[in-house]
Order: sequence, then C-alpha cells, then structure tokens
Amino acid sequence: MATRQTQILARTLLAPAVGLLFVWMIVPLALTIYFATLHYNLLDPETEQFVGFENFRYFLTDPAFLASLQNTLVLVGSVLLLTVVLGILLALLLDQPVLGRSIVRLMVIAPFFVMPTVSALVWKNLLMHPVSGLFAWIAKLFGLTPIDWFNDAPMLAIILIVSWQWLPFATLILLTALQSLDEEQKEAAEMDGAGALSTFVYITLPHLARPITVVILIETIFLLTVFAEIFVTTGGGPGLQTTNIAFLIYSQALIQYDVGSASAGGLVAVVLANIVAFFLVRIVGRNLEA
Amino acid sequence: MARIATNRQVVISTAAAWLVGFLIFFPILWMVLASFKTELEAFAIPPSFLFFHWTTENYATVQERSDYIHHALNSIIIAGGSTLIAMLIAIPAAWSMAFSPTKRTKDLLLWMLSTKMMPPVGVLVPIYLIWRDVGLLDSLTGLVFILCLGNLPIVVWMLFTYFKEIPRDILEAARMDGATIGRELIYVLTPMAIPGLASTMLLNLILAWNEAFWTLNLSTLNAAPLTVFIASYSSPEGLFWAKLSAASTLAIAPILVLGWFSQKQLVRGLTFGAVK
Amino acid sequence: MGQITLRDVQKSFGPVHIIKGANLDIADGSFVVFVGPSGCGKTTLLRLIAGLEDVTGGAILIDGKNVVDTPPAKRGLSMVFQSYALYPHMSVRGNIAFGLKMAGLPKDEINRKVEAAAATLNLTPYLDRKPRELSGGQRQRVAIGRAIVREPKAFLFDEPLSNLDAALRVQMRIEVTRLQKQLGTTAIYVTHDQVEAMTMADKIVVLNAGKVEQYGSPLELYERPANLFVAGFIGSPKMNLVTGEAAAKYGAPTIGVRPEHLKISRDGEGWPGTIMVAEHLGSDTFLYVDAGALGTLTARHVGELDLTTGDKVVLAPEQQRIHRFDGDGRSLRAQ
Repeated sequence: MATRQTQILARTLLAPAVGLLFVWMIVPLALTIYFATLHYNLLDPETEQFVGFENFRYFLTDPAFLASLQNTLVLVGSVLLLTVVLGILLALLLDQPVLGRSIVRLMVIAPFFVMPTVSALVWKNLLMHPVSGLFAWIAKLFGLTPIDWFNDAPMLAIILIVSWQWLPFATLILLTALQSLDEEQKEAAEMDGAGALSTFVYITLPHLARPITVVILIETIFLLTVFAEIFVTTGGGPGLQTTNIAFLIYSQALIQYDVGSASAGGLVAVVLANIVAFFLVRIVGRNLEA
Repeated sequence: MARIATNRQVVISTAAAWLVGFLIFFPILWMVLASFKTELEAFAIPPSFLFFHWTTENYATVQERSDYIHHALNSIIIAGGSTLIAMLIAIPAAWSMAFSPTKRTKDLLLWMLSTKMMPPVGVLVPIYLIWRDVGLLDSLTGLVFILCLGNLPIVVWMLFTYFKEIPRDILEAARMDGATIGRELIYVLTPMAIPGLASTMLLNLILAWNEAFWTLNLSTLNAAPLTVFIASYSSPEGLFWAKLSAASTLAIAPILVLGWFSQKQLVRGLTFGAVK
Repeated sequence: MGQITLRDVQKSFGPVHIIKGANLDIADGSFVVFVGPSGCGKTTLLRLIAGLEDVTGGAILIDGKNVVDTPPAKRGLSMVFQSYALYPHMSVRGNIAFGLKMAGLPKDEINRKVEAAAATLNLTPYLDRKPRELSGGQRQRVAIGRAIVREPKAFLFDEPLSNLDAALRVQMRIEVTRLQKQLGTTAIYVTHDQVEAMTMADKIVVLNAGKVEQYGSPLELYERPANLFVAGFIGSPKMNLVTGEAAAKYGAPTIGVRPEHLKISRDGEGWPGTIMVAEHLGSDTFLYVDAGALGTLTARHVGELDLTTGDKVVLAPEQQRIHRFDGDGRSLRAQ
C-alpha cells in the first residue's frame, strides 16, 4: 500500500499526534530549563533574576534533596523487590490448576484499578489507624502494641500501600509470560530428569528474565513519580521522612512557591527517568516490527 | 500441566490461591463492608465482619450530596473527554503508521512512547504556570487537555498494535475485489478494527479515571474529579468513615468492573509490547 | 478474453533486484504455473500482475492494454491467497458477494451469481456460516468461490493448497484443474511443489533468482530442460548429474540422467556402486547408490526389486535419455 498518493495522506494523518506530542515535550521542558535558571518566587512575582546554575547547586546540595533522593531510591527499590518477588510467586500459583481461578484472578488484579487516593485512604484510616484501624485490632489480639504507622514507620507504610497497588501489574505480566512458556519445553525437561525446582531455575526463570526486566523498568518509570499516596497520607512527613523527589518538587513549587528550585528539581527527575527510559526503549524497540 | 493434576495438588493450590487472593482483595472488601455500616460501627473496636446492622443509609446520603454528584460528573467528563479526543487524534496516526510504514515509523513510535516515560513532575512548574496564566486552572478543559496528552502515546501505541494484527492479505483481497481505499476502510478495515478500538478506549478510560497527579495539582473544586474529592478527606476528623467508604465504593466500582474486562489490554498497553 | 503478456518486467525493493527482466506470453484460457524454489520471485511476479506491487520497469499487458498504472481493483483479475484472506466478519455469502457488491450489481443478480458459484463448489449448505466455523478445505473453496463469481479475465492463485493436508491437497488439485477447464478462464498458479506444477499446468514457468529459466509444457521441461537448474528442479527424485571423466566420455562437461532412465543390473557395462538405502514402495523401488567418484546416484525401478543396503549394482544410462550440459550449465541440445 505504498504509493506516492498514500504517503502524503499518511503524513497528514500523523501530523496532529506528532505535533501535539512534540509541543508537549518541548515547550514545558524548555520552560522548565528556563525557569531553572531563574530565581523566581511566586510570592514576589516581579523579582525574577537570572542566576544560572545556582538553583541546581542549591537543589543538589540541599539536604532535603539528598533525603528525598534517598527516599525515592528506597521506595522504588523496595516496591520493586516486593512486587517482583511476590509477583513471581503469585504468577506461579495462578498458573496451577485452581478451582474458581477467574475469581481469584479478579481478587488479585483489583488493587491496580483502585484510585490511588482511595487506596491510600483505605489503608491509612481503615487499616493502619493506630486506634481504630484493623491492624491495630489484630495487634491487640496478639497482645502487641499497635504500630503507629504514619508516625513510626511512615516509609514502610507508603511502601506497603504502593506495593499493594502494583503487585497486580507485576503478577499479570509475569502470569502472561508464564503462560506463553511452551508446555513441551517443560515436558522435555522432565524427560531429561529435572525436578520441579530444577525446572523452575533452569527453564522457567530464564524464560521470565525478559518480562521481569520489563516489569522492573516500567514500574521504575512510574514509581519514580509516586505522588498521590504521599499527598494523601503523610504529606511528605513526618519531617522529610516520606518525601520523594516528586513530592519535594511539588512542595517547593506549590507550597514554598520557589519556582526556580522546583524547576531545577524537575529536571533532575527528568534526567533520572531518562536513564531508565533509555533501557526500556531499547527493549521495546527490539520487539517492535514496523 | 500435561497430565491431570492430582486431587491433592488441586486442593492445595486452590486453598493457597484463594487465601492469597482474599488477603490481597481484603482492603477493598473491608471498605465495601464499612460502607454498609453505621458510622459508629465503622469505627468500632472490635470490628465486626459480617454480623452487623447492614444499612444503605450511607449510599443514600452520598447520592444526595450534590458535591459528590458534581465530582462524579467531572470524572466522567474528564475521563470520557480525554479518551475520546485522544482516540480522534490517535486513530489516523496509528492507521498511517500501521499501513503506510516508512523507515522512520519505528523510531517515531518509540519516540512517542518515550514521551509517556517523562515524569509529570518534571514539567509541573511550567504547566501550572501556563495553566494559571491562561485561566485553565481548575477547569475541565485544562484537565481534559492534559490527560489527553498524557495518554496519547498509549492510545497510539495500542491502536498501532491492533491495526498491525489485521492481516494484510485480507485488505489486499478487498482491493482485488474492486474496493477503493474508502470502501476498503468502511467495509473491511473498520469492522475488523472495532474490537481493538473498544479495548483501547476501555483501558484509557480506566487510566484517565484513576489519574492522580494532574488532577490533584491542577484542580481544586470546580473541575475536581473524584480522585481529588476523596483526597480532600485525608484527615480523620469526625466520624464519617462509613460515608466515605460508600463514596469510595461508588467511585471505584465501575472501574473495577471495567478493569476485569481489560486485563489483556493492560498487558498490551502498559508493557509497550515488550511482553507477549 | 484473458491474454496476458509480460515485457521485460523488472522489480526492485530498494537495492534488491528481485525480478530481472521477465518476458512471457500467456495465452487466453491456459493454465500457467509459476514454479521455483523459495525466494525465486514467483509470488512477487504474481503480485505484480495483480497490481498489489508496482513494477520498477517493463510492461504488463492484459488483452493488449498496459496495466502497470492501473490499480488492482480495475484490472479485472481475481486472486486466491495462500491464507485464503476471507473477511472474518462476513458470512460465506457476504465473502463471495463482496466483489459483486463493489461492482455495483443489483441485489438479485448478486444473489443469483453467489448461489451459482456456491453450487459449483458444494458450498450451498454453508452460505450463512462465518469463516471461523469452516474447515480449511471449506475456507479454501470460499476463497475460490469469491474469485470465480466475478468472472475475471484471469485467476491468480498464490500457493492455495499449501495449507491443506496431503490427501485434501490431491483432491483439491483435481478440482481446481477441472474447474479451470470448465470455465475456460486463464489461470496463473504459483507453487513451490513441482508435482503440482507438472500435473496441473498447460505450461510451466520455472523461475530462479528472479529470472525465467524456461517456459514450456510440462513434458517439454521434462524431456528437454534448457539448463541444469530446470533439469534438477523438474522430476522427482532429482536428475542424476555426473561430471568429470564419466561425462567427458559422452562429450560434455556435465551430463544428466533421470533415475527412471538408469537400468539396474548386478553386473555388466555401466557405473558400479553399492546400495546405501533401498526404498520399497511396492509400486516403485528407489535405490540410493554410492558410486564412488561419481557420487551418489539415484535409480528408480517400476515394481518391486529384491535389493537392499550393501548390495552391489551396476547402473547403465539409457543412451537416448542422456542430457548434455556445457560449462555454463546450458543444455547442449540442438536449438
């Protein structure tokens, strides 16, 4: 279908999408770079002045930034660990003959489709509330003191909430990948004398290597900017304990109104995401036939 | 399993799976149960699981509150509007990439996907300022526009994959049968593409409905969808958990149902084809 | 009328030159088979005639008119695809009727023609089914029905039988040939299976790497192959090729003898060797013989032969059936 006439048509059809995304990419990014070089506070709007790299220096040496970077890495790393490991186990379980499998799937998938603000509130108030939450009640049943999650272990609480939300994603992807594993390969391994564990280690796991990588990369991209859960539960605190980079930028922009610093931070986030995106695009590109 | 699993295996896996499934689903279940309790019961210790006074008064209250309906309508408009507009822009683009590919097509597609990988927080500042200056803050138009752009890469991507799956020779058969391009589109391509179009719309409706970054930052009251509405109750003051649970259940129920139907699309859309 | 002529047709995909100057005259009403190994360009040539690809050079004439700039919809040809390419959302009736609908025929005429085509192909009970409810053979017939109902100038078949199982393939082969003879429409048929080619064709085009190696009737190709390629391609098992001294004795760098033209005896004049494998089919016996310096020779005997691995035999070529080839592989037969 590649005649000259259709080629011109094709380019016109592409134009809106490409144009919009291009503008969407370039304009805000360019502005962010511009703002990042200004000392611009929304509270005294007419006093913008060019300060070059000072915002970057300030942002990067700000202990708040270092703390938020650490929190980001802890958050992303822990959620990745939890979701991938549990995801593999769950996928293996759901690959077994289970009666009523579709209902179990529904139960396992559900958390991903719940609005982040709803999830956060349910966990914060119905489950983790130190006085009237369910966990508190369970703890007291066992004679333990209930954990005051959002004061004593806020990061852990956030990690739990976010992991709960993303576990279905990992499980679903890994389950799909598992089901594409050729039954005959497993049978060949059995003929070769492999037991269940060997089959898992030598056949299943290598087959899952690529999907696991994809899950990790995609989750990282989205986890770098976890926002709603923090916004709704801890507001970044206590102190800076649950502030990740995304929340730090938000608080600098819309709470402290320090546009310059927030923009610098925004660019840092973009750079981080780009590093991950580079690898992800490579993998996607390999699979893509156009 | 090639052989019929032993009864014992089935029992163990079933029990384990149901237990795990139940544990994972529990928070949602707990919330739904709370929505049917009175406020006192919702906060009671020890909590009651099934044997409490079931009531639908919370749902009645929520339905009556005009602000809930207002925000629900906003959610519908924002999710529906952004998905629809994204589809209108994406369908021609995906069509052209799938059926008139050039050497650049693959790179173009990858570039589009990469725009989805940009962290929204990276451009929060300029978007917020532009929106403010143009008067789009707290407006439905502003939110529809942003969500449309945010989801556009995924819509294009998914449509591209569905279009690619239409066998080329069926289209060629139509051409041999005397169909012009227009009639090929109407009589053959579109009917075959409808399931793909529906799936794409479904997934993106869900993603737009649940979006909780731009909605939280770019709206306060007028245009706020349910995500924001629920978030505004983040401090536990007063006894209104049962009502909040009812509101939340209403907010997530349609999406849970739709989500059940879009599992395959989820894998396709969000892994960008890197997992088959 | 369905006379088709190709004049110096060229096709390149970018730097890759697929079709290197094809010249053919296809008579109206004839059944012509394009045959050749994978990648030889036979499907490309078919698609060029159909209009699904544009030529890079040359002319394609249908009834004297050059159609290289005419879109496929207007060339008056029908194509049966390898994968059948049925419209999945339409019933069998809808599939067959589609072309007529595009041509703007009135509804009752369409129905009449569709039902006639369905009757010819034994599809009448399936008219209201969807393709996914049909077996492979039935889908194939729907694809053929779609092609014949438009009464085209020529049928184009792209390896239509390759997705069927062996028994069905033989049956369909006969049906397609019978149908073509009955309708009298020109047919161009692409296959990689030389048995299909030999049994169905009025004339065969043997293609290799984008060039037409020979164009002739099946018997011509069998008895008078123009070069080594055709000699080795037509005929199963393949012709035995011998070089060196044994060939020089007959006055050519390379000579060829078909397995069926080797006389098998225990001793005497000829090429001696030891049997590596003997295949007993009951109707024939095939011997694969290790003839030392001459390589492996294949011999065919009609009927049963009580020989087996390890037996020593002598293979004597029938003098009249020896093919001679020059150093470039061309046949040394008088032109």
